[in-house]
Amino acid sequence: MISTNEIKIDRDKGDFHYETNYAFDAGIGLNEEVVKYISEVKNEDEWILDFRLKALSTFLRKPLPTHWGSKDLESIDFDVIRYYLSKGQKPSRSWDEVPDDVKNTFDRLGIPEQERKFLAGVEAQFDSEAAYSRMKKSLEEKGVLFVGPNEGLKDHPDIFKKWFGKVIPSSDNKFSALNSAVFSGGSFIYVPPGLKLEQPLQAYFRINAENFGQFERTLIIADEGSEITYMEGCTAPKFETATLHSAVVELVALKGSKIQYITVQNWSNNVFNLVTKRALAEEDAEVRWIDCNIGSRLTMKYPGVILKGRRARGEVLSIALANDGQHQDTGAKMVHAASETTSNVISKSISIGKGRSTYRGLIQMPGHLNHCRNNTECDALLINNNSHTDTYPAITVKGDHNSVQHEASVSKVSAEQIFYLKQRGLSESEAMSMCVNGFVNDLIREFPMEYSVELKRLIELEMEGSVG
Amino acid sequence: MNSLHIDNLSASVEGKPILNNLSLDLPKGEVHAIMGPNGSGKSTLSKVLSGHPSYEVTSGSAMLDDKEIIGLDPDVISRLGLFLAFQYPVEIPGVSIANFIRAALKSRLTDEKSFKAVDFYKDLYGKMDELGINRKFTSRSLNDGFSGGEKKRCEILQMMMLNPKYCILDETDSGLDIDALRVVSAGVNKMRGSSRGILVITHYQRLLEYIVPNKVHVMWDGRIVRSGDKTLALELEEKGYDWIKDEIAA
Repeated sequence: MISTNEIKIDRDKGDFHYETNYAFDAGIGLNEEVVKYISEVKNEDEWILDFRLKALSTFLRKPLPTHWGSKDLESIDFDVIRYYLSKGQKPSRSWDEVPDDVKNTFDRLGIPEQERKFLAGVEAQFDSEAAYSRMKKSLEEKGVLFVGPNEGLKDHPDIFKKWFGKVIPSSDNKFSALNSAVFSGGSFIYVPPGLKLEQPLQAYFRINAENFGQFERTLIIADEGSEITYMEGCTAPKFETATLHSAVVELVALKGSKIQYITVQNWSNNVFNLVTKRALAEEDAEVRWIDCNIGSRLTMKYPGVILKGRRARGEVLSIALANDGQHQDTGAKMVHAASETTSNVISKSISIGKGRSTYRGLIQMPGHLNHCRNNTECDALLINNNSHTDTYPAITVKGDHNSVQHEASVSKVSAEQIFYLKQRGLSESEAMSMCVNGFVNDLIREFPMEYSVELKRLIELEMEGSVG
Repeated sequence: MNSLHIDNLSASVEGKPILNNLSLDLPKGEVHAIMGPNGSGKSTLSKVLSGHPSYEVTSGSAMLDDKEIIGLDPDVISRLGLFLAFQYPVEIPGVSIANFIRAALKSRLTDEKSFKAVDFYKDLYGKMDELGINRKFTSRSLNDGFSGGEKKRCEILQMMMLNPKYCILDETDSGLDIDALRVVSAGVNKMRGSSRGILVITHYQRLLEYIVPNKVHVMWDGRIVRSGDKTLALELEEKGYDWIKDEIAA
């Protein structure tokens, strides 16, 4: 168990910020000029500016999805947000070249240490742009690309342009349109045919500025028979005012490839986290989203897989933890578009205090397909009497040889369980976090070790002070 | 004083009095048995001494080696050295026995670094062997899907690992077949010694053939109405509880 001292340090891990001077600042609010400014700073091709401007008009036209989602979305004031902030540097390839304030930030978050220990490559984004980006040389030599969107679209259009905005069109939803208008930073990755990356690539997203919106854009293409694991983490200081994070993540798994995408989202609880994530899986390809949402004020995120080729497999494993003042509105989408495709969704949510967890699932199997299977399990754990959970599964299955299995449960940690554990010497919060860790344990076991340790620690921290 | 000393303890649950001026002294080095019919308050006594929040102590005291434990939190009482083997052990899904016992042990350490995983597993496996528990059990979820006998063995395993000063065994014999009863009793007997007091709560004399008590107390209507040596248990078995009832009435 953890001592109180450690907790204090860990709890504040992401809650700090250094004063930073920005060379490029798009100002406050959103209009065509802001979009043109961002595009100009990035020295983009004409077609990208067109793409952005078109997306902006889509964004302005689309209503907030409050007819089904949280009314809290209305608290976002798009006119007071700063859409682009950067120091104007290219991402450094050595931590020594990263400006001190930025380097200190990532040092404190332990990123360089993780890089040394178990990563094949790291990109560290500070507000709008990557401050550091580096991949092992051996992977570079084998043709792996790990770059930002700018570089990706400019230097490797043959690879990236074809898929950019294709898995998630700008007009998919209001926030994918917003991202498409002002996107900056993120990872564009290409893994050549047959290459299996043994170590993960990682991106770390850091919001440093107040009243800021972060809009990174990620596109991962796994060529035939290749394999890649990508992990992302994120933190922000706890400012007084709300912050917006709205990413678009597109994955393309070509024939027989495997992509595993892991997120540990630990934004401070004033961040609106509105992210669109979707993958395309070709024949025999496999896509697995591991999605953990611990932080943020409101998260709306439903990673999906379009199972386009025969025997493609899609999986979403997710854990959400909603504490006081938080709403984790998460789920999964599985669109079966070829026969013999399989999908698996396992979602576990924990609601503490007045926290609210929502599961939304969408499973589609049209009638002309056969031998498709889906398994969905969604379990909710309530800690306090005023904790809140709700589930909205939408399942459409047609045809003769398709099958869907849906299981859902809601449970509560009982007073007798807590008494039993306390009788053995555990404190109330240790007992509670043991029950909660037990609840998610079988799912966490599926995660890479480094992340399961981190996640268990985060859960223990959240359980502190949640009882009594 | 080296004893668990209960003095005129009264307690109620939801306003209903259960314990009624109960007094009992369990010195270290001894094993005492409490017998009594259903509803006499035996299990309540074990819960009250462990600090269960549903019970309200209305008067009296309980001293663990001169330290008042009434009013303390269950985890504090546990760390002071009181162990309760539950009549109905609670299921905790997803938490392995090994991790649980390790966390319980660590809660007793001031310096977590002094915990040695290698020694822990050696100790754990040794005690599991003694209790006839398959080593595969270490990774199973605590009491989750265990048979009655498995749960009780697991309670004794925890007791042996945590090395408490005082143990209360609440109807540990219920749900055990004769072989399991032997194994569990052997485990308890190994725990006997000058540094530990053991209180065995049971309905049946049978258990006391295996765990021979220094003293037997009869509980009735929330208090101890008679105490004696092990022959009292035999007498009870022979004459039934009505005999005590008649004596009290007389």
